[in-house]
Amino acid sequence: MTAFVGRRLILLPVVAFGVTVLIFALLQFLSPDQRASLYVTDPRQFDRIDSIIRAHGLDKPVHIQYWNWLKELAHGNFGWSKTASMRVSEAIGAFFPNTLELTIYMFIPIILIGLWLGTKAAVHRDRFADHFSRFFAISLRGLPSFVWGLIVLMLFYGWLNWFPPGRLSLDADLYVRSDQFRTYTRLLTVDALLNGQVWIFLDALRHMAGPILTLVLVEMALLVRITRSSMLEVLRQDYVRTARAKGLAESVVIMKHARRNALIPVITLSSLLFVGLLGGVVLAETIFNYPGIGKWGAEAAVQLDVPAVTGFGMFIALVTVLGNLAADILYAAVDPRIRVQ
Amino acid sequence: MTVLRVPINRSLPLRAVPVLLVVALVVAAVISVSPEVRARVVSRPLDVVAFLVVVIAIVAFWSIPSDLAKRLKRNPLSITGFTIIALFVIVATLAPVLAPPTSRDPYLIPHEGFAPDPQPPRAGHPLGTTGRQFDIFYGIVWGTRTSFRVALFVVAISTTVGLILGSVAGYYGGRLDEIVMRVTDIFLAFPGLVLAVVVTAVLGKGLDKVMIAIAIVGWPTYARLLRGEILSVKQRDYVEAARAMGGGDLRIIFRHVIPNSIYPFLVVAAFDMGVVVLVAAALSFLGLGAEFGYADWGQLINMSRSWILGVPGNPFIYWYTVVFPGTVIFLFVLGWNLLGDAFRDILDPRLRGQT
Repeated sequence: MTAFVGRRLILLPVVAFGVTVLIFALLQFLSPDQRASLYVTDPRQFDRIDSIIRAHGLDKPVHIQYWNWLKELAHGNFGWSKTASMRVSEAIGAFFPNTLELTIYMFIPIILIGLWLGTKAAVHRDRFADHFSRFFAISLRGLPSFVWGLIVLMLFYGWLNWFPPGRLSLDADLYVRSDQFRTYTRLLTVDALLNGQVWIFLDALRHMAGPILTLVLVEMALLVRITRSSMLEVLRQDYVRTARAKGLAESVVIMKHARRNALIPVITLSSLLFVGLLGGVVLAETIFNYPGIGKWGAEAAVQLDVPAVTGFGMFIALVTVLGNLAADILYAAVDPRIRVQ
Repeated sequence: MTVLRVPINRSLPLRAVPVLLVVALVVAAVISVSPEVRARVVSRPLDVVAFLVVVIAIVAFWSIPSDLAKRLKRNPLSITGFTIIALFVIVATLAPVLAPPTSRDPYLIPHEGFAPDPQPPRAGHPLGTTGRQFDIFYGIVWGTRTSFRVALFVVAISTTVGLILGSVAGYYGGRLDEIVMRVTDIFLAFPGLVLAVVVTAVLGKGLDKVMIAIAIVGWPTYARLLRGEILSVKQRDYVEAARAMGGGDLRIIFRHVIPNSIYPFLVVAAFDMGVVVLVAAALSFLGLGAEFGYADWGQLINMSRSWILGVPGNPFIYWYTVVFPGTVIFLFVLGWNLLGDAFRDILDPRLRGQT
């Protein structure tokens, strides 16, 4: 177990280094003027781009430039984002908690409903529940999340006015920005409860419901399929037959003997799911005007805000790698066979 | 490769003839009834010939009793997928007849006037127009060609790169394998869409940039998949036998290893045809894709995005701006997914019956 986790941890800096090389290589497609904006930390500096080019050696050989750039990154200087009108590191700090909160609220229903539906389909193989879940999974696979998101926006905001876009209603936003509201975790729903303001909690949830509904439906299909096939595999095993033969109740056989073992591939999948959600929020946040890191990244890309896009890309890569690492460790903890390899 | 072999010694069975006759009769009837259709057909003889060739090819594939077609016909879902994709191919070949281009570059959607709000379906614009009056029908028809171009280009590039790097890594192993796998780790550290957004932001706008971006995102999956398959195949006895008989590395890789490990690769390529178009549409939707006014499904939706909520009291007034292009993207991706499922069932007997 330690060796397995140790190897994974050694690979982490290798991948992080590779990501910086990849991003730096991409940046070489830009002119020195555009690259100089990576070193700008204040909008006033845009007036003296030439001196910045010279000061940071953007006319020097590539490897020296790369080293200088790495040193800047190490000091936390990712440049100035004109889209967010703040430094890139500040922007990530401001937007990421919103995205993290959104991702957590998406994760929970996907796992719960996906497992339930997948198990149901496997247990009632070739009956209504099975056909329904398969039809559901197949038809959802082609659904573009942005088209579905626009339809959700039309239905639940335009028509029913249940789930408005944005982050908070005006009065809730004013309250959150006032001195009465104390920030603890930067996750708005948690902070609202810690402040004892249930109405802000509900208001925040209402604004998150649109993006959640959009991505939950699209991302859940894969989980349903994998749970189903994994359950079918496990239900064929001898130990399940043994459990049935010794007279255990069917619910005990399914929940205790079968599903626990069927969960193993599902754990690997959950890291894939996490990556999928991080990509999906770019679209969902843009459609619902939710101030998260995905909307900021997409906006920055459209406005050619290079420092923001590179900072966004590297940060998402970091989060993805950490998420995969967590899944690997969890996998090894659950399945002893993995540790031996 | 026995599964794919077509027995050529059998002639085209008689079953195909009535189908072709019916198609020919329907086409002839439509042409003779409507003078407008006749004018369009007459003015574009080459495209009509291409269309006939495609129809004959599809019908021939379907009726020549090959193993592939026989297995495809067993599953209704596979038939659905095949039909959807065949229809898209027909629309793509017939694009100049279905929606005659008006400007020199047929991929630029024509627009009448500059009224900012979308207009509902009407004569001349069967599916309505987007914001700024771009014709949705024209965009969908020519967008089919765009989609096939994007999908084929991206899948060709990423499979080629994945094939070369994956087979080298898997076959030679050791340090080379380690290096290639670490490089794929780096590319897989990004969610696909995020890396594509970063690449297009740096490279600039344009369909070619989008294709490059998606290919950059796509190849590591193929490399890893092929490497994994090769690792298991290269230890088999027949590879050992080929080596014992003095076969060179290249010969062993191309004649023995790849043909036995390529099936999952082909299945993923079929799925990818849909996924690539989905990502391209998403990029266009974000405003990072093709140039403004270019026939592209994602952009078609983007053009009316600010009108999506309708007007007070009538939230669904602009439904056609989302529903038509959205359905087309959905069907295209669904078709490739079903076809991918079909290929998997046909090519890999181990996985049969799992979804």
